[in-house]
Amino acid sequence: MSVADRAQAEKWVGRAMKRKEDPKLITGRGNYVEDISIAGTLWASFVRSPEAHARIVSIDTSAAEARDDIVLVATGEDVDGLAGPLPMAWIPPGVDVNTPEHWPLAKGSVKHVGDPVAVVIGTDRYGVVDAADEVAVEYDPLPVVVDPEEALRDETIIHDALGTNVSHRWSLGGGDLEAGFAEADHIIERRVVNHRTAGGAIEPRGVLADYRGDELTIWTSTQVPHFVRLFLGILLGISQDRVRAVAPDVGGGFGSKLQMYGEEVLLCWAARKLERPVKWIETRSENMQVCHHGRDQIAKVRMGVKNDGSITAFHADILADFGAYHMLLTPTIPSLGAFVMQGCYRMPAVQTDITGVFTNKFSTDAIRGAGRPEATHMIETVLDQAAAELGMDPVEIRRKNFIPADAFPFETTVGVVYDSGNYQGTLDRLLEHLDLPKFRAEQERLRGEGIYRGVGFSTYTEICGLAPSRVTGPTGFGLQAGGWESAVVSVHTTGAVTVYTGTSPHGQGLETSFAQIVADRVGTSPDMVDVLHGDTATGPEGLNTYGSRSLAVGGESIARSAEKIQAKVKRIVAHQLEADPADIELRDGKFSVKGSPDKGMTLAEVAGQAYIPLNLPEGMEPGLSETTFYDPDNFVFPFGAHAAIVDVDVETGKVDVVRYLGVDDCGPAINPKIIDGQLHGGIVHAIGQALYERVHYDAEGQLVTGTFVDYALPSAAEVPSFELDRTETPTPTNTLGVKGVGEAGTIGASAAVTNAVIDALRPVGVTWLNMPLSPSRVWAAIQEARG
Amino acid sequence: MSTHSVSLTVNGEARTIEVEPRRLLVHAIREDLGLTGTHVGCDTSNCGACTVHLDGQAVKSCTVLAVQADGGEITTIEGLGTEGNLHPVQEAFWEEHGLQCGYCTPGMIMASADLLRRIPKPNEEQVRHALEGNLCRCTGYHNIVKAVLSAADAS
Repeated sequence: MSVADRAQAEKWVGRAMKRKEDPKLITGRGNYVEDISIAGTLWASFVRSPEAHARIVSIDTSAAEARDDIVLVATGEDVDGLAGPLPMAWIPPGVDVNTPEHWPLAKGSVKHVGDPVAVVIGTDRYGVVDAADEVAVEYDPLPVVVDPEEALRDETIIHDALGTNVSHRWSLGGGDLEAGFAEADHIIERRVVNHRTAGGAIEPRGVLADYRGDELTIWTSTQVPHFVRLFLGILLGISQDRVRAVAPDVGGGFGSKLQMYGEEVLLCWAARKLERPVKWIETRSENMQVCHHGRDQIAKVRMGVKNDGSITAFHADILADFGAYHMLLTPTIPSLGAFVMQGCYRMPAVQTDITGVFTNKFSTDAIRGAGRPEATHMIETVLDQAAAELGMDPVEIRRKNFIPADAFPFETTVGVVYDSGNYQGTLDRLLEHLDLPKFRAEQERLRGEGIYRGVGFSTYTEICGLAPSRVTGPTGFGLQAGGWESAVVSVHTTGAVTVYTGTSPHGQGLETSFAQIVADRVGTSPDMVDVLHGDTATGPEGLNTYGSRSLAVGGESIARSAEKIQAKVKRIVAHQLEADPADIELRDGKFSVKGSPDKGMTLAEVAGQAYIPLNLPEGMEPGLSETTFYDPDNFVFPFGAHAAIVDVDVETGKVDVVRYLGVDDCGPAINPKIIDGQLHGGIVHAIGQALYERVHYDAEGQLVTGTFVDYALPSAAEVPSFELDRTETPTPTNTLGVKGVGEAGTIGASAAVTNAVIDALRPVGVTWLNMPLSPSRVWAAIQEARG
Repeated sequence: MSTHSVSLTVNGEARTIEVEPRRLLVHAIREDLGLTGTHVGCDTSNCGACTVHLDGQAVKSCTVLAVQADGGEITTIEGLGTEGNLHPVQEAFWEEHGLQCGYCTPGMIMASADLLRRIPKPNEEQVRHALEGNLCRCTGYHNIVKAVLSAADAS
């Protein structure tokens, strides 16, 4: 059967197709920022502060400037003509947020190690690094605050103009918390520390800026080219239509490239000033210092439960370490967790209180999951603590509290409406793959042999598909932007299709998934569908890729454009075959009259008629191209049930994940291969946080984990193969029924691993642990428990 | 700074370049030889995105000076196979969804091809161990391991 025949025989959506993106990537013909060359390009290197907090006494650039290969050395005072400091664009609803000035190059003082104080631009890649070393900066060190709890005491103020280290305090709650705790038979209280992590995209950031003919073009390793265009236009005083932002192939983001970085602004400023293209490629050491971090919360969590296991109240009092400055979304990240702080459970009363503080570390912002992994970790680990206190099985306490499948749409205690769910269903399916009684028997037997094996569960739901403008926007959650997404589907005269999307995929395989969606609707095959993205010059305004929004919002937008194409095609076919449009069906790759399958037209034939408009219905415009701006009514709420099985070496504290199972539900699958891939990566991201990764600053604010030597991303040797399954509960939010899956694995997995380690160690007396569960921490806990 | 003449056989073709003695092989490959499929992901030889074959063995080209490779034979991802004529490991990475963003992929494929040269029929543990020096943030390694095992089966 030919590809075209297959397309006619069955749907493309739902198939585990291999990706359209891959041939160029597996042959070394990808096109990342560093791969792009323009004749005459200059290189940039940054001079960065070795001090965590200091006044800049003097900067001597003369030695660097004296070099033949150096064109420009600029300090904070030299960067003229910017309309304002770097942007912060998301404020939690109903609160004033203290926001310090944050410039692309520091002015007067530095607030964290890596704060840039000068840029050196010259003709040679190695030469600019040499010259940057020759810029002499004298610092007057100031007291350093690294610990957020210390910062909260305001004994040392980081930003004098604010007079406090507190950014803001914000709360979200529902129900009667006091009554809930009064009703409880047990109140479990834990200090849950969710430590600082890095995005760890294997491609560091990179920027190439070119200004010519009054037009600015930036190629940048970003998730958000449309945001970059918007803010560059504002900051540099250039009309939006004269700015083009391109995200070429981007080597991973995980939230760390959802940002408007100072380097991007500065390179564009310099390219305009010098009338030369300027390029900067971040080193990994720079990336660890100044590519935004994530998490970093200390939460006092209280859960009230009755003797039967039912939850009566849940309270999270969160101290969020924002680092030195607010970046694009910094102040709102912890709030995202507050919207799902009751997880997949009935909770009559729930409250989240957030206090955000500045410290002399780099900024935190969105990293894969952004606020929701933290919330899930609190709920799922403390629920296990409650089960242990009640002598209940962790599975049973979850069953006891699940929102039942027939309760959807379900308005939560804080007023969020969960779209659809079947939490019991994913857990039941999980337990089909994991025979728990058998496991417990084996666990018992292994303990006899000195092997400490544990199982940990995590049943999660999350809020994603970041969209509804009325909810996320300025009058809702406070994002200073809309939440819609745009799509253009154009059929060419040949019948080939070009799709433009305002999302900006960078590894998610959306070219393939989107092509599958379109192919089914317009009667072609995915290999006939090209998907354009990541270039603001190729289509209408878009809102980029983050918050697991690309399929649920961007994909739906594409589906709607494709449906419009189908409707127009049917009208043309009906007109030409003298039938009613309602009687035209798409079948076997042909648009034909119901009951007369031999009489019909292919997409290419219809396209020919649309572009040579000799026989179109009265009043119909020629052409075959449709645009959609889709703004959903609600978010989507994926969910799932995960189980980790770990072995803990009680002599060394080393944890091995020996088995990991997940049953996830993100609605009907567009491409199961891609869904599984997103989950594998997401789960390992969380295993990395649970066991290995930690961005660590010492008491002087020096970054101890400044390279991949010290910041331990998991390798293939540290993780198992995964056992995944799915259930499919469609969302009523969009016509595809789809939810997001990019963050789901990361949101669900850290609690499963943590609960498993605690389960393994209960026999030696360890009952609670905070991540990262490094050998030293686990070993110390074992020693303490053993006395 | 003085320069040195370095002669290499790159993907079967004789090439001579003039480089500073401190020039990293990866920059020579990318910028002097124009082969941008070889990537840089770290400063410390941890990530393996820059893996190429030098005289038949996998090396991290960010940790070799171009002058050290003088007289050597280099194979980069571009020389392993082409879209019309994929190497079995490339084919398997595509088939098994062993890549997402694609940035670590050239190094991962070169390291995998090197493994299969040394151990034609590895087991899962051997694959995981052999790829310890190549980091991927997207795939969680599951499908990379599957791809390498399937390439081993296919050859």
